[in-house]
Amino acid sequence: MTARSFQRHAIAGLLCAVLMLAGCGGEPEYTAHDIAGVMPDLAFELTDDQGETVTEADYDGRLKLLFFGYTNCPDICPATMSRIRAALGGLDDDVRDDVDVLFLSVDPERDTPKRLEQYTSSFGDAFVGLTGNQDQLKTLTKRYRVTYGYGEPNDNGFYLVSHSSAIFVFGPEGRSRLLVNQTETVDELTADLKKLLASLE
Amino acid sequence: MTDEIIRWITPWEPQPWLIAVFALVAACYLRGLVRRRRARDALPALAFLLGLVSMYVVMQTHVDYYAQYMFFIHRAQHLILHHLGPFLIALSMPTAILAAGAPAWLNRGMRGLGALPPISWSYRFIQHPVISAVLFVGLIYFWLTPSIHFTAMLSARDYWLMNLSMAVDGLLFWWFMLDPRPPGTTRTTYSTGLRIIVLWAVMPPQIALGAYIALAPDTVYDVYAVCGRAFPISPIVDQQLGGLITWIPAAMMSVVATLILLRFGFVHDRSPAVAAGTSTKESPT
Repeated sequence: MTARSFQRHAIAGLLCAVLMLAGCGGEPEYTAHDIAGVMPDLAFELTDDQGETVTEADYDGRLKLLFFGYTNCPDICPATMSRIRAALGGLDDDVRDDVDVLFLSVDPERDTPKRLEQYTSSFGDAFVGLTGNQDQLKTLTKRYRVTYGYGEPNDNGFYLVSHSSAIFVFGPEGRSRLLVNQTETVDELTADLKKLLASLE
Repeated sequence: MTDEIIRWITPWEPQPWLIAVFALVAACYLRGLVRRRRARDALPALAFLLGLVSMYVVMQTHVDYYAQYMFFIHRAQHLILHHLGPFLIALSMPTAILAAGAPAWLNRGMRGLGALPPISWSYRFIQHPVISAVLFVGLIYFWLTPSIHFTAMLSARDYWLMNLSMAVDGLLFWWFMLDPRPPGTTRTTYSTGLRIIVLWAVMPPQIALGAYIALAPDTVYDVYAVCGRAFPISPIVDQQLGGLITWIPAAMMSVVATLILLRFGFVHDRSPAVAAGTSTKESPT
């Protein structure tokens, strides 16, 4: 390598570093935010909708869509679940079986495993309900820099829960891959999942 | 009760080296105060410690948690990191007290570092009135660019880069603005008039950005919905409050600083050095 070409490479490298620092690393391949390397790999210990203790290892080898919500959620959660169901409908049958949708309730007070099971089963087989105690939930939400909080209960004891509105997508080995926000359409989500699945093969 | 206090003072994301820096500065300062034992140190000490503690609180206590998950608290955090805290610290002129309290090796080290040509040259460069104004406003705009703000709130590394850059730039800017020495004392002690122009130049862009955020009909920063808020609050109210904080108190700091500078100018005009000279009537400011 001549001194000159070395200099050119150094400048190109520096420019890349600056661009990456500015948050625009490479080509925008997905509609969703590419979070590979930005967010840590999936790790948790929670209770599933059968009342069993589960960890991330139980979902190894499958693509995972993680969403934080609660079953009493009036709008965002059912809408997001429906969007995911519709997006999965756009995948080939054999591929669809390799996708898990993890609906993580941040409202364990009201969302018992039984209740979660009723809720998730209404969306399809791919949907799994998860929840945990406050320590387990805090650990996992902090890991992904998201949070949740409870509103004041009304006279009927009903309260709102603030939570993340994003879908986190993890690869088969639990690698963080995509962050899908509310503005992404069903078709865009299907296309993103296809691209991701193709890149994993 | 104790649990509650412990929860509040526990850093949400502990940064040991940051805590160490704050502890070192506080220790030097307090030691300096004790060594000097001067009554007129009392007011500056109050300003300095208030500034230092407020900057620590917004970065290394549970307040940081709320700043990460509420836009308006994030804006208040940056108001303290970039405006209020550094303003109070610069106003207190802490160098003499810090030097009196710091161990000799640290004083020597700092002096040696400051004398290194690359450092003194870059310092002069970033303290140039135009550069310092562009940096001051530019950083606010940079981190509030929606796509950049998104990544900054999601990536732990960028988040700390954002907060530290605001704190350091705030210190540099107000240090330059509130330097009480007569203009021309050092190469970065600019005239009062020039400093007032800079102070007023940084005001309209901050007002424009704050007003844009406060009056936007839709969500400008979706990362707070993506990450969830610390408690249920209407997203638009959160955004409006954040916009107002960016708009009004931030710009008002320029007005307060102007009043202080005018007072400095007044003092310099009457100081014996100037009075003895020939230019009593035509002050350079």
